[in-house]
Amino acid sequence: MRLIKTFLVLFVSILLSNLSFAKDLTVGLKSEPSSIDPHYHNLGPNNAFATHIFGTLVGSDENQQHYPDLATSWKPIDDTTWEFKLRKGVKWHDGSDFTADDVMFTAQRAPNVPKSPSGFGTYLKGKTFIKIDSHTIHIKTKKPYPLMPNDIMTVKIISKKYGEGATTADYNSGKAAIGTGPYKFVKWVPGDRIELKANENYHGAGTGKPKYKNVLFKPIKSGPARIAALLAKDVDFIDNVPPLNVAKLKTNPTLSINSGASNRVIYLHMDQFRENSPHIKAIGGGKIKNPLMDVRVRKAISLAINRDAMVSKVMENIAVKAGQLLPKGFHGVSPNMKPDPYDPETAKKLMAEAGYEKGFEMTIHGPNDRYINDAKIAEALAQMFSRIGIKAKVETMPKAVYFKRASRGGPNKSPEFSFMVLGWGAGSGEASSPLRALLHTYDKSIGMGRANRGRHSDPSVDKIIQEALATVDSDARGKLLAKATEIAVGKNYGVIPVHYQMNTWAAKSTCSYTPRTDERTIATYLNCK
Amino acid sequence: MLEYILKRFGQSFLVLFIMSILVFVGVNLVGDPVEMLINPEADQAEVERVIRELGLDKPVSEQYWYFLTNALKGDLGSSFIYNEPALKLILQRMPATLELALFSLFISLIIAIPLGIYAGYKPNSKASKTIMAGSILGFSMPTFWVGIIFIMFFAVYLGWLPSTGRGEIGSFLGIESSLFTLNGLSHVFLPALNLALFKISSVIRLTRAGTREIILQDYITFARAKGLSEKRIVLVHILKNILIPIVTVIGLEFGSLIAFSTVTETVFAWPGMGKLIIDSIYNLDRPVIVAYLMIIVTFFVFLNLAVDILYTFLDPRVRLKGMNQ
Repeated sequence: MRLIKTFLVLFVSILLSNLSFAKDLTVGLKSEPSSIDPHYHNLGPNNAFATHIFGTLVGSDENQQHYPDLATSWKPIDDTTWEFKLRKGVKWHDGSDFTADDVMFTAQRAPNVPKSPSGFGTYLKGKTFIKIDSHTIHIKTKKPYPLMPNDIMTVKIISKKYGEGATTADYNSGKAAIGTGPYKFVKWVPGDRIELKANENYHGAGTGKPKYKNVLFKPIKSGPARIAALLAKDVDFIDNVPPLNVAKLKTNPTLSINSGASNRVIYLHMDQFRENSPHIKAIGGGKIKNPLMDVRVRKAISLAINRDAMVSKVMENIAVKAGQLLPKGFHGVSPNMKPDPYDPETAKKLMAEAGYEKGFEMTIHGPNDRYINDAKIAEALAQMFSRIGIKAKVETMPKAVYFKRASRGGPNKSPEFSFMVLGWGAGSGEASSPLRALLHTYDKSIGMGRANRGRHSDPSVDKIIQEALATVDSDARGKLLAKATEIAVGKNYGVIPVHYQMNTWAAKSTCSYTPRTDERTIATYLNCK
Repeated sequence: MLEYILKRFGQSFLVLFIMSILVFVGVNLVGDPVEMLINPEADQAEVERVIRELGLDKPVSEQYWYFLTNALKGDLGSSFIYNEPALKLILQRMPATLELALFSLFISLIIAIPLGIYAGYKPNSKASKTIMAGSILGFSMPTFWVGIIFIMFFAVYLGWLPSTGRGEIGSFLGIESSLFTLNGLSHVFLPALNLALFKISSVIRLTRAGTREIILQDYITFARAKGLSEKRIVLVHILKNILIPIVTVIGLEFGSLIAFSTVTETVFAWPGMGKLIIDSIYNLDRPVIVAYLMIIVTFFVFLNLAVDILYTFLDPRVRLKGMNQ
């Protein structure tokens, strides 16, 4: 009995000694990064998280516009060379100096991380880094390359001292996780927490000195659970608020809700390369020549979409109507293009002109766990199409299954579906991103049209895109990209844009988040009183 | 006996082998992990590099052979997402799941046994009827929904308990667990109660049935005749005798508590194995799915083996087939 008593006393005293620690900001994240290594996995959650610890030469602000971070200036000095002047006096988290050697080391490591499930090779290949002096770097390419700052913006600079010989595991444990960013790495327990503390010596570019002493990230995947954690004050700030809850949360005076348009367009891709499309039939089930090859049918489909209803009813007003591939404000966006009006009468006329006055049967395929309300979007589209005689069936599936079939589920690894609901976020913040991936002719050899799942192809568009990608002058390139969009989307209806996704963050009422178009959740963009 | 155990071991390995084929082939039929992992802006060359890097360019039979030969050496493959050994990832999460399962078992026993005995002892009282009706609710309400209601009530409305995650880790006699800190206990309480709900209902019903049966036995009547207090009858004579079936059921269900706590772990963002497997399935992290299922199958196969062997010790009337040859 005495033993039990001593045991209990010991237990309770230990309970009391392990008391809570102070923390300044707790963030509830939908998706946690898969690694602390900034070059291991080139994907949204990782890139967003790494911004806290690591700097880049060119920073990317909330609208994906460039600002000087570790480089103070950059410019092309001839057709194939860009010069980057590095910021002087920057210290790594351990106090050592940042120099051009670190940049040279980063350029060599970033594309070569073993077992990387998505690497940075895409942004670094064909670029030769040359060290001019301790704070100047030249980057050479074979051909003129205007997207240099956009590509360089994606690559986090790591310390040579800690990075040499370091594995991804060394970053995860914190041994090599030494950066120049506003926060220092403390600890990562996968699935549970990531702890950071302020870097008092931060050079202050971008959003300035760190505002919180300690930041704790907690991954909470389930949407309702994330909201509950915020309401229960277990976290101060959450991302990815489900649209269904936004209106209700806005009426809560203890919360501050911040929504912003993202760079992600929800669009429709249509089979334009098969005379016999596998998921299209004549009314009643007979064979029919693929109507989606006819631009008049594609235009009719676009006119049949009631985008106002889509935004207000399906998306609960947490979206913006889309008429092209990126919202206003991005580089290469056409000033002339507006979202197509809802006009079923003209649409019916176009269908008749194309010889489909009786309509046809079609299956709309879409994911059900990838984009905001994706399955509901597909269902709403099917109803809208029925008004112009297209009898549409909807089939949605988890993204794990969907994307494989959409990209290469058919014979000879061709895309399987006839009509797809998809989304595209322009990571580089420029119209060239969706144009080259979605609307350029599919061509493996030059890395174009990778996500062109409808295999839209127009040589005149290809030519303009390629010309734009070789035009260093920013304004001229923007005009070319706008022209390519006007032809490929506005005239050809190569894809049909539906709406731009909006993202919503919620915080306690004393804070407000500056919404980022790249959907990233970065603690430095949260301002608290 | 030894021969029997060896035979059972042989059978167990056969089961494991067949399971490994089923799981491996099944998992490889679904979707494309590369589409999940890769940045959409990557070009075709990068996609092909990743396919090669993950070994997905090889035929499934070759991938399986590679998996099998490594598995025999104790290497169940590395996660596509984390690039860490799948086994290590799972074992890292195991303590969190174990403490959740243990605590929920503890809650279910201290709640269910007294209630069950009461319901069996006074079957016609209003309270007993309420308990029994309540236990039906425990069976029929979906865990996910109850979890959210718990959070809304205890964490959001009352603000008594934290809504999410695992608390601080303390150490006691060399064991590290969040059950050893107040903060940790407050975190584990809601998810454990959520997980225990189903168990509470089944244990209440078992206990009540046992009590009803035993209360009619001669030795209870005899104990009453001897003039023993009701307290002693209930706490000693009834409780001891109803424990046997309860222990059996709890023992067997403990396995499922560990293996299938996924829903609770997802709602409460509990960093255990269940959350890992769900995330792995969503992201098609095949090596982790395969390793997890293999571990769970091993767990169940040997749990059953242990139970069979234990029976022969506990009850001499039980003879195992093949033992007397």
